[in-house]
Amino acid sequence: MKFLVCISKAPDTTTKIAFTDNNTKFNNDKVVFIVNPYDEWYALVRALELKEKLGGTVTVINVGATDCDAIIRKALAIGADDAVRIDAEPIDAMFVAKQIAQYVKANAYDLVLCGKETIDYNGSEVGGMIAGLLDWGYVSLASSLELNGDLATLNREIAGGYETVVVKTPFVLSAAKGMAEARIPNMRGIMAARTKPVAVVPVFACENYTTILSYELPKEKTGVKLVSPDNVDELVSLLHNEAKVI
Amino acid sequence: MYKDQYQHPDYYLLDEFLTDEHKLIRDTARAWVKENCSPIIEDYAQRAEFPKHLIPGLAEIGAFGPTIPVEYGGAGLDYISYGIIMQELERCDSGIRSTASVQGSLVMYPIYAFGSEDQKNKYLPKLAKGELMGCFGLTEPDHGSDPSSMITNFKSQNDHVILNGAKMWISNSPFADIAVVWAKDEQGDIRGLIVERGMPGFTTPETHGKWSLRASATGELVFDNVKVPKENILPNVKGLKGPLSCLSSARYGIAWGALGAAMDCYDSALRYSQQRIQFGKPIGGFQLTQKKLAEMITEITKGQLLVWRLGVLKNDNRATPAQISMAKRNSVETALNVSREARQIHGGMGITGEYSIMRHMMNLESVVTYEGTHDIHLLITGMDVTGINAFK
Repeated sequence: MKFLVCISKAPDTTTKIAFTDNNTKFNNDKVVFIVNPYDEWYALVRALELKEKLGGTVTVINVGATDCDAIIRKALAIGADDAVRIDAEPIDAMFVAKQIAQYVKANAYDLVLCGKETIDYNGSEVGGMIAGLLDWGYVSLASSLELNGDLATLNREIAGGYETVVVKTPFVLSAAKGMAEARIPNMRGIMAARTKPVAVVPVFACENYTTILSYELPKEKTGVKLVSPDNVDELVSLLHNEAKVI
Repeated sequence: MYKDQYQHPDYYLLDEFLTDEHKLIRDTARAWVKENCSPIIEDYAQRAEFPKHLIPGLAEIGAFGPTIPVEYGGAGLDYISYGIIMQELERCDSGIRSTASVQGSLVMYPIYAFGSEDQKNKYLPKLAKGELMGCFGLTEPDHGSDPSSMITNFKSQNDHVILNGAKMWISNSPFADIAVVWAKDEQGDIRGLIVERGMPGFTTPETHGKWSLRASATGELVFDNVKVPKENILPNVKGLKGPLSCLSSARYGIAWGALGAAMDCYDSALRYSQQRIQFGKPIGGFQLTQKKLAEMITEITKGQLLVWRLGVLKNDNRATPAQISMAKRNSVETALNVSREARQIHGGMGITGEYSIMRHMMNLESVVTYEGTHDIHLLITGMDVTGINAFK
């Protein structure tokens, strides 16, 4: 079984978000980038678990510039066999999906795993787009994955519960919480990652559909107001006039 | 549930001096510490018990002898990597770092540097995996800062030697499988011997009642006519140079490690000062609190620069024992001062186990004493700059 895991970089969760160029660009200065947690904790680790159980290879693919090398090495340290970096600054979800789909077309894979979303733009789009471009099946928000030959059984989150689906390989999935337990690389893995191959692939030229006009930070949250339990009138008035929820 | 919110301070953007691999090693150690160590350490410290179950994990993250070459089971990493791992461990607890320091610098290092090929192959891979744990016997009840006056000794008898004496304040001794022991031969020369648990006459009573390094096991090594095979003598070193070179290696790790404790105290104090409201505003808004925080981050930053530079020198094999000595003293003093100021900022909460501050502060009282006291390190620097030996 050949697994391809899509990984992207994301700002560390403690990053203070700021913008430059008249709020048209994200300010990268002093930002620490990590492997997008949904890609790393769930998609990558489940692919590794299945490889360990069933055999095969796990390749990680990233669309990004050289500043993504660090997150690629981490994925290799956790256990991926090799990596591919499409040498391009990602523009939007369609751009990323086209790059990956193009690579998959030229290199046969049985299963493409993405995280359910990247924690920067939270688009949840790339997986579905890759599946569309390849004309493969797509299972989103999968919280478990078992493989039996070319048949995969997945649980996926739906409103109010879960559904179980069976799908034939090859297909694309987006991995959600529950699919695996995060792994911390060990020193053996970090050392092995030094010599694992990273193929740098030139960008596949494609049309650009989106332009970011501006960014805006959410309004700062105001402090909590405490209302005495006896003072229902004040509570109602605040909910009505200030919070505007009733 | 307890959540470790630590973020390391990097006021002078020193991360830019680290390679991606250094950062990966640090992130790995930090993630491991946050998941496995931080949630349980206070409980173990309160109960004065060493969390032995952490040993395999410490080995996995490369905490045992990371600079030892790969062919002997080490990770073959540079000295900055070693420092970084020690910093992450001591950020959680000096006792955990002590266990790793002893294993790597005081047990694996002398076997690697002074041992025979057979000794290296027999012990190093198992020590790196944590399958064997070691301790280091130099200090004696009556000989601490003056180890050359030690009385532990051995006499030759056929294919073995007979070892007698006692060592004190030995980290890891209560559970160690082997001890690297420094003792005088019949000519009065200091030699290193590998003593194994189970050799008749060798006992390791635990030291109880400590107010410091409570999550680390400390004890004695007692040798009562212990028969040690001659093949267990480290063949390639004679004299005080042997143990002192081990101490240089360990002190280097402490220089990085103690700053980890300082960084944890500062990080906690900074967060607390922004959350704790008094007189209608966060206490971080008051001048006296800001003075404390400003002095803390300044000293930490100076310490970070110092150990980073020391790491570069060590990688080039240019770091002198006196330079290492200065860094050990400076980092521990910084950490002690930062922990005391952080304790003040935390107010009453600072004395509880809810925060790591008081545990760090008490731990550091050992760290400022072991591996050369603060005063001895001042004299080492003094001797280095004046050329005059104040010890004699």
